[in-house]
Amino acid sequence: MEDIKVTDNETVEQLRQDYENMQAEIADTDGIMDKIKAMIKNNKLATISLIVILIFCFCAIFAPVVAPHDPTLQDYDNVRAHPSRDHILGTDELGRDVFSRIIYGARISLVIGIVPTTISMVIGTILGLMAGFMGKKVDFVIMRLADIMLAFPSLLLAMVVMYTLGASLINIFIALSVVNWAGTARVVRSQTLALKEKEFVEAAESIGVKKSVIMLRHILPNCLPSLIVLFTMDIPGSILSESSLSFLGIGAQPPASSWGLMVVNGKQWLFSEPWVAIAPGVAILILVLAFNFLGDGLRDAIDPYMKE
Amino acid sequence: MNTFKFIVKRILIAIPVLIGVMLIIFLMLNVVPGDPVTLMMKEHIKPELIERMRVEMGLNDPVMVRFFNYIKNAARGDFGMSYKLNRNVTDLILNAFPHTVKLTIFAALIAWIIGIPAGIISAVKQNSLVDRFLMSFSLIGVSMPVFWAALMLQYFLAFKWKLLPVSGYATLKHMIMPAIVLGWSSAGTIARLTRSSLLEIMKDDFVRTARAKGLKERAVVVGHALKNAMLPVVTMMAIQVASLLSGAVITESVFGIPGIGRLAVNAIQTRDMPLLQGTVVFTTVLIISGNLIADLLYSVIDPRIRVE
Amino acid sequence: MDELLRINNLKTHFFTKKGVVPAVDGVSISVPQSSVIGVVGESGCGKSMTAMSIMQLVQKPGRIIDGSIELEGEDLLKYSGDNMRNIRGNKISMIFQEPMTALNPVYTVGRQVTEAIRIHHHDIDKEEAKKMALDIFNAVGIPEPDRRFNSYPHQLSGGLRQRVMIGMAMVCNPRLMIADEPTTALDVTIEAQILFLMKKLQEERGTSILLITHNLGVVAEICDYVYVMYAGKVMEQANTFELFKNTSHQYTEGLMKSIPKITAEKERLYNIKGVVPNLMKLPKGCRFCPRCEKAMPRCFMEEPPLYKVKTVVKNAGEHYARCFLCESSEVMNDD
Repeated sequence: MEDIKVTDNETVEQLRQDYENMQAEIADTDGIMDKIKAMIKNNKLATISLIVILIFCFCAIFAPVVAPHDPTLQDYDNVRAHPSRDHILGTDELGRDVFSRIIYGARISLVIGIVPTTISMVIGTILGLMAGFMGKKVDFVIMRLADIMLAFPSLLLAMVVMYTLGASLINIFIALSVVNWAGTARVVRSQTLALKEKEFVEAAESIGVKKSVIMLRHILPNCLPSLIVLFTMDIPGSILSESSLSFLGIGAQPPASSWGLMVVNGKQWLFSEPWVAIAPGVAILILVLAFNFLGDGLRDAIDPYMKE
Repeated sequence: MNTFKFIVKRILIAIPVLIGVMLIIFLMLNVVPGDPVTLMMKEHIKPELIERMRVEMGLNDPVMVRFFNYIKNAARGDFGMSYKLNRNVTDLILNAFPHTVKLTIFAALIAWIIGIPAGIISAVKQNSLVDRFLMSFSLIGVSMPVFWAALMLQYFLAFKWKLLPVSGYATLKHMIMPAIVLGWSSAGTIARLTRSSLLEIMKDDFVRTARAKGLKERAVVVGHALKNAMLPVVTMMAIQVASLLSGAVITESVFGIPGIGRLAVNAIQTRDMPLLQGTVVFTTVLIISGNLIADLLYSVIDPRIRVE
Repeated sequence: MDELLRINNLKTHFFTKKGVVPAVDGVSISVPQSSVIGVVGESGCGKSMTAMSIMQLVQKPGRIIDGSIELEGEDLLKYSGDNMRNIRGNKISMIFQEPMTALNPVYTVGRQVTEAIRIHHHDIDKEEAKKMALDIFNAVGIPEPDRRFNSYPHQLSGGLRQRVMIGMAMVCNPRLMIADEPTTALDVTIEAQILFLMKKLQEERGTSILLITHNLGVVAEICDYVYVMYAGKVMEQANTFELFKNTSHQYTEGLMKSIPKITAEKERLYNIKGVVPNLMKLPKGCRFCPRCEKAMPRCFMEEPPLYKVKTVVKNAGEHYARCFLCESSEVMNDD
């Protein structure tokens, strides 16, 4: 205890100020990056998934370096060989190294996962913002369209588009980019509607800020956490769609090393040389699981109250 | 009385959605280059004959006329003639549907009997080992490529351990593996939804009131929280049925079940446009009906919506 | 026994990942038989948590770590789960702030009230329970009780819903009813009715009421004795008249001054400067000192105990304030 004069006003002010500074320090709420760092610290599963995804990306980018063999090299003497030291996962029906094909296949899966999802999310976000913000008529039309899109099992819809365009990898791109926007649009719309009522939007409108600017600078940043989570969780859909379509023969065509294609090609020898069909499927499973676990972790960390 | 008006209103909205879908599908499938007559005919025939067939089939009429004719016939149940299989599309669909129904019933039972209790247990024991285990299992079900799961089951259960027949649809035993494949992913979805819904509800005020009244925890969960939490779950169940009925495309293909899904795949692979169109429209009707039933169920269970 | 409930040095702390939050940090409250006791304070001062602690409804990561809660002499904190459930809704009941969300939307209000009866009286059948429910509906002033019995919560107005909540709380004739901000979500006119109803029930049935609110006006209406809480501790406690006439703590003074008065000559509304502190980093000394107009350096170093204050109003019981300005030789016992 200090012997300070009771009337020492300056000291009181100083003490008050010190205290307020300390309070201000701990009052800082976390931004998105902080929350993600917290997730990495706390959620082991999500962090492992992130690492797995990064490993896949690395393999995809540096495939020529990582893969032990040329994925297109056919070796008729070595057809459907058992896993050995030279061919970790054996060879397929044309003598190609399964392991190398899987590594190159990561390219297809990752690109198919990320690019069409990005495009459809952009479309969905724009339409969702418009539906939420630009009045009842626009909302009605967009939402009916979204209902129509959602009225389909997504695989069937993609199949119809593939029929129209013809079976190839590029067309899968287009198909997946165009059919998946409805889910994003719904989420963005409901968030826009909720945010529209908040005071800061009313304030912006009352001082004459243009609608498009409000949408971009005020509403969109607040949708960001949900968008990040949605993005991570939509990627698996695209990956599974592509591999399913390729499996059915209406997706990627040989000699592309799509994992789905590898499985269907190996199907005939399922009982004699199972690894040819099973290994690529495991790759799909691991990558999709990783994205799903990461998506769950992200959602718990940055946007636990997202409407599903 | 109110429920009746509610149903009528929903149906009235559903009809334009259905027609919208049919229009989009029609446009997509009929704008494709490739003369359907030539595709239909096996041998090369004279151009005059081709032209005559085109006129007969109405292929030279403008698109909108063709569409109206299509709708007119569809309303009577006539979906045209399959190009490749030389049978009434409606017949083909009606023959295939019962197989899909059988599969759907099994898959749905597995999904709900396992999934819903799993979700409840996970929610009640949140963050425990049981919770993590059940949720991981569910996530795997959702992340697995269906075709791969089907092959894995075939390999282990049919081939290695000889417990079940590999494929076919004759007996109940044949249905087990396909039902598991389909059911696992549906179970996963339902379990996750049940869990998150229950957790949300448990945070609500009336749960606190129920505890304050002196109810045992189990009575609070089962008596009060659960009924509220099941609202979105029941909706999802209706949607799942519709989704399963619209053809588990891959499952039917792998296990050789002649259901709607396989019909659609065949149609694409053989470029049989009327058949594809028919199955897609049929599917859409199912999905829209499913959504309708889901809405209805919701209004029956939730008294707040009933008195609209 | 003259004292119905005695809370002794209650401490309920929350153990979060970021640190420990001492929501209730050594609170002592006494509720006599058949009285209305008010607990006043801003959001986050711990008053609701005190109530939840009495009912032992504190959820993780919160935990009662010290103190005792004696109901007519028996320490409830020593009760088992089953015994405590017998108390809830039966000997001690609680009503909450938002009647909109506090009732289960998918059951009729009648069913929810009869449930409250049948939890505690297994021998009463459906018919009898319904009769009791209708009786209590009458007692709390619900018009057309028969019709309302089969209504769903969303079909009732806010005031009616709160009456249902009160009915549900009173139907087993509890010794104590805890009301946590019961009128905050209601219109002012309805608020007056509900307060009047609570006072009437207290007088007719001898139930004591622990009224928790942030509104001094509500306190002035029906409370006999008031506790003023801030940041987890009691700052001042006195008979209601005494509190208004002889306000002895700067925080209470601030609350009083914040009430807008039409007759006031000033143009600006008064507000206590500063904000409620983050409980994880409390000042070393008095919890209120950063916002206190009369703070001294000593206040920042040392936490004052509850000093006894000389009462101005006759027969007003004891008056305590946690402030060095009231320093006297008498300090409250268990501090």
